[in-house]
Amino acid sequence: MTSVLYDVPGPRAIARNRVLAAVTVLLVLAVIGFMTYRLWESGQFEASKWYVFTFSNVWMSILEALGNTLAAFALAAVLSLVLGLVLAIGRLSDHAWIRVPVTAVTELLRAVPVLVMMMLLYYGLPVVGVKMEPYWAVVLALMAYNGSVLAEVFRAGIESLPRGQKEAGYAIGLRKSGVMRLILFPQAVRAMLPVIVAQLVVTMKDTALGFIITYPELLYYAKLLSSQQGRPILQSAFVIGGIYIVMCLILSGIAKWLEIRTRRSPKDKVLEAEAAVLMHEGTDTELLVAQGDGKRGRRLGRDRR
Amino acid sequence: MDVIFGNLDLWSEALTNTLLVFVFGGIIALVLGIIVGAMRVSPVPIARGVGTVYVNLVRNTPLTLVFFFFVFGYPQLGLPPLSNTVLGILAIGIYTATYVAEVLRAGINTVHVGQAEAARAIGLPFGQVMTLVVLPQAFRSVVPPMMSVFIALLKNTTVAAGFAISELAALRATINDAPDRPGNPMEVLLWVAVVFVALVLLMSWAQRTLENKWRIAR
Repeated sequence: MTSVLYDVPGPRAIARNRVLAAVTVLLVLAVIGFMTYRLWESGQFEASKWYVFTFSNVWMSILEALGNTLAAFALAAVLSLVLGLVLAIGRLSDHAWIRVPVTAVTELLRAVPVLVMMMLLYYGLPVVGVKMEPYWAVVLALMAYNGSVLAEVFRAGIESLPRGQKEAGYAIGLRKSGVMRLILFPQAVRAMLPVIVAQLVVTMKDTALGFIITYPELLYYAKLLSSQQGRPILQSAFVIGGIYIVMCLILSGIAKWLEIRTRRSPKDKVLEAEAAVLMHEGTDTELLVAQGDGKRGRRLGRDRR
Repeated sequence: MDVIFGNLDLWSEALTNTLLVFVFGGIIALVLGIIVGAMRVSPVPIARGVGTVYVNLVRNTPLTLVFFFFVFGYPQLGLPPLSNTVLGILAIGIYTATYVAEVLRAGINTVHVGQAEAARAIGLPFGQVMTLVVLPQAFRSVVPPMMSVFIALLKNTTVAAGFAISELAALRATINDAPDRPGNPMEVLLWVAVVFVALVLLMSWAQRTLENKWRIAR
């Protein structure tokens, strides 16, 4: 591994690293051991605690709650992408009377916590005579917050493009809308794809706030389950937590796949390699580390010779 | 304005609790995050693995669920009882630590390997390579994203409202449930939003100032 922090390990460093590895393993085992002991001691592994999960209708309800989570996430994701696009275009406008208010709105939406926004929609609006379903409160709050964040992401993507892109667009006679639509946005979205999907992971996780305003999503159901016979609080949290982690890992996996698909065209790889040489990123240190790394490294070293 | 001056006691309690969760959660996040961040860039593969597992597990769990584990789950374990506020602080600290760790790792990665190599080439020992060349550069590029993490932490304190911790976002319920308190949910929540906007703007101003002050020309 190449790191600015560490030199290629010599014999003493290797010995020290072994000791550190052993200490880490011991510490982790101690923590896991203690947790397991506590869980066992307080009867969390008893069959009665897991009893509820033997019912198929419990699993049907979990599926239904999962559906609710995904329904809120899907609509919120689409709407926040649209809102983000609109806000980004507004912030990049040439007219101050559009740019300034849109900037203010974006900053405002970003600064208010999502939960406060949800509560405003769900508990606040009835005061002025608007009754809102929890689903819409969740979706609209997520849209407002993530939309404003995505607007910043789009803007950063466009501003990171070389100026020549825009100038070339104008030079071939495109109007501003054409330059934006045909030249700047496609590149910005592509460059920012990993960040955009990362923000969607945040959106997915934030649907779990819905349970505070009684939206019947996964976590809400976990709370409901934990009041059942045997009070399987930790058990429901483990099961539901596992579902969330799997969903988020799938989304992150999609992000990585998209990144590879969009970035790693053969041409890009060649460009990247050339750039690495120019930027001195592939250094001898890397090679040396690879040599110390075992078979693959030795083969690499031989090829080099 | 009645909603503020009629409930001044509640507002001060809520604001204090929010700041308490923010400050102590932040300290835990920083300490734990530095440890995990160091593990993630360490030369020991096992430590890197442990750091990766921790970051991936906790970061993909919704904060609300982390709170759930601590506030509802912890009392099940038969350990010494802790107040909801303390459990909430632990939850938010452990959750935010993953973000701190990632920011640190990214910050160290922004320093060029060539910088350290040049430092070694002129004969600096490890300690000086770190303290004179690598860490100052890493620190400067870490500060702005770190402030973003803390802004997120501040906003995340509101999640505690769902777990019987009397902070700002819980004010609506408190004032609503007391029949003789002035104010309706709309007013309370709008003022809560105003407080957060003010605090966040303050922090992003600090972020911008630090960013300009410590910008590195690369």
